[in-house]
Amino acid sequence: MKQTHTFRTDNLIAGYDQTPILHNIDVTIPSNEISIIIGANGCGKSTLLKTMARLIKPTAGEVTIGGTPIHKIPPKKLARVLGLLPQTPIVPEGITVTDLVGRGRFPHQSFMKGWSQKDYEAVSEAMDIMNITEFADRHIDELSGGQRQRVWIAMALAQQTDILFLDEPTTYLDITYQVEILDLLTDLNRKYGTTIVMVLHDINLSARYADHIFALREGKLIAEGDPSSIITSPLIEEIFGLKCTVMKDPISGSPFVVPIGRHHNKVRKHS
Amino acid sequence: MNDLSVTAQKQWHLPKHFFKLLVISLILLAVCIFASLAFGSRAIAMNDIITGLFNADVQTHEANVVRQRIARTVFGLMCGAALGVSGALLQSVTRNPIADPSILGVNTGAALFVVCGIAFFNINSSAQFIVFALAGAILTAIFVYGIGAMGRGGATPLKLVLAGAATSAALSSLVMAVMIPRSSVMDQFRFWQVGSVGAGTWDSVTVFIPFLVVGLIIAVVTAPALNALALGDEAAKGLGVKTGTLRLIAALGGVMLCGVTTALAGPIGFIGLLAPHLIRLMIGPDLRFMIPMSAISGAIILSISDVAGRVLGSPGELEVGVVTAFVGAPVLILITMKAKMRAL
Repeated sequence: MKQTHTFRTDNLIAGYDQTPILHNIDVTIPSNEISIIIGANGCGKSTLLKTMARLIKPTAGEVTIGGTPIHKIPPKKLARVLGLLPQTPIVPEGITVTDLVGRGRFPHQSFMKGWSQKDYEAVSEAMDIMNITEFADRHIDELSGGQRQRVWIAMALAQQTDILFLDEPTTYLDITYQVEILDLLTDLNRKYGTTIVMVLHDINLSARYADHIFALREGKLIAEGDPSSIITSPLIEEIFGLKCTVMKDPISGSPFVVPIGRHHNKVRKHS
Repeated sequence: MNDLSVTAQKQWHLPKHFFKLLVISLILLAVCIFASLAFGSRAIAMNDIITGLFNADVQTHEANVVRQRIARTVFGLMCGAALGVSGALLQSVTRNPIADPSILGVNTGAALFVVCGIAFFNINSSAQFIVFALAGAILTAIFVYGIGAMGRGGATPLKLVLAGAATSAALSSLVMAVMIPRSSVMDQFRFWQVGSVGAGTWDSVTVFIPFLVVGLIIAVVTAPALNALALGDEAAKGLGVKTGTLRLIAALGGVMLCGVTTALAGPIGFIGLLAPHLIRLMIGPDLRFMIPMSAISGAIILSISDVAGRVLGSPGELEVGVVTAFVGAPVLILITMKAKMRAL
């Protein structure tokens, strides 16, 4: 079982080139749960994720784990607790699945020690969880988008961290693979207690798979909580500027957002 | 679980065909060494090579020629290894398959300093050449990196290569500006500029050794972190790599290896590009294996080119830099076309 950490941001301000994108964000990531950050394009959800995953240095405020600011922890040590799958990682030309997944072991290795039994076990376990063992010897280029994404997640799993950040792990995938990836991440959370924090575009999948939602608008946190209590049509309108009606997802019982456009409106005439 | 970990172990430990390739390379290397001792403007028989190598008392003409060729051969192998590893390091740092010391402008920077050294400070010993070439190489590398890192997104591979090409063009014209009015400089520089291991002596070997050792150590130690960097800066940071520090150290190692080689032998192009690329094609991109293999294949390519230059240019000889350019240019075009297709 993964460890519990107090992971939070205090009065966080961050952005690129001195232009702040995030304004005074205070969040505490619920340990051993799945949190999803939602918001419109450009609202700062990726920036928040990247700042929490120490890719971006905050201009003010702090990200702390167990009370210690993350930038004060040696990077390799931090990487044993906190893993990250970026939105568009690079596939080295000609790399095999096992080689790629194995690179997730970097923070656990030192130059003198090299590869230990533990490393091999972590790699095969990660490949096992993501169902990619059969591809072990294949080149990444030969795999489909969904399989490829499973390989990347396995790489992050081989890192064996308690907390895992994922930046839009389902983007560019067909709906089938989106559901497959989110199911696998849920397995991971339920089975091992891995704290998962991710950015997702799809509001309905977010509402279904999240234990906790952070809703951002223009760099400010405007709501957080479990999906059934916070996802309402006024909130969605506030975040996305989209009129909608919220129903109950017939499969999961989670909130289901149905957008109201200018056409196809059979219930009432558009005002 | 056990079966799985065995698969992972086998796969991870060694790339496919690694041992086969290693054995073949070592045999090839031995053949190259033999050829380098035997062939030249004057071919020497096996007997005489053995006499020259192992019987120090014999003073025949053939034996002396062989002894002279030993230094040149060893020097050539070292240059090739240094260039191969330098290419592997610089390609990793810039994450660009066509990054080569000459493409990044590092060679031209070294050349400019050497020309200035010859023109204004009357340098002529190998130690002085090294100091000037290294200073030029390092300053150019910093300059190119500085330009490449400006603006949003930091030093992306594309920006680095563009900055390198622009800098290289500007520095070449400076080289010309310094050289053309001074005919004596031109004579001395002309020979150096082509790139040749023919002038390699035991002195140059001795001067070379410490730099080569330090460079190789840097390459081997940074290999695992460079493997992580290959997944992109964000992924590497997520794995706990200090990307800035890593780039600095690895680039310094690569620039030093190429700078020293350039100082001693003149700019020898394309080996830094060719060696790592061939190895990547054969055993995949794991740098822990690529780096030693790039060293070996760099040495092989350079000695083959050197011997070919001696045989083709007979009764004189063709400088190795000319030969590598002939072999390397078509390969560069092929690689670029392939890289372009991948990118599109």
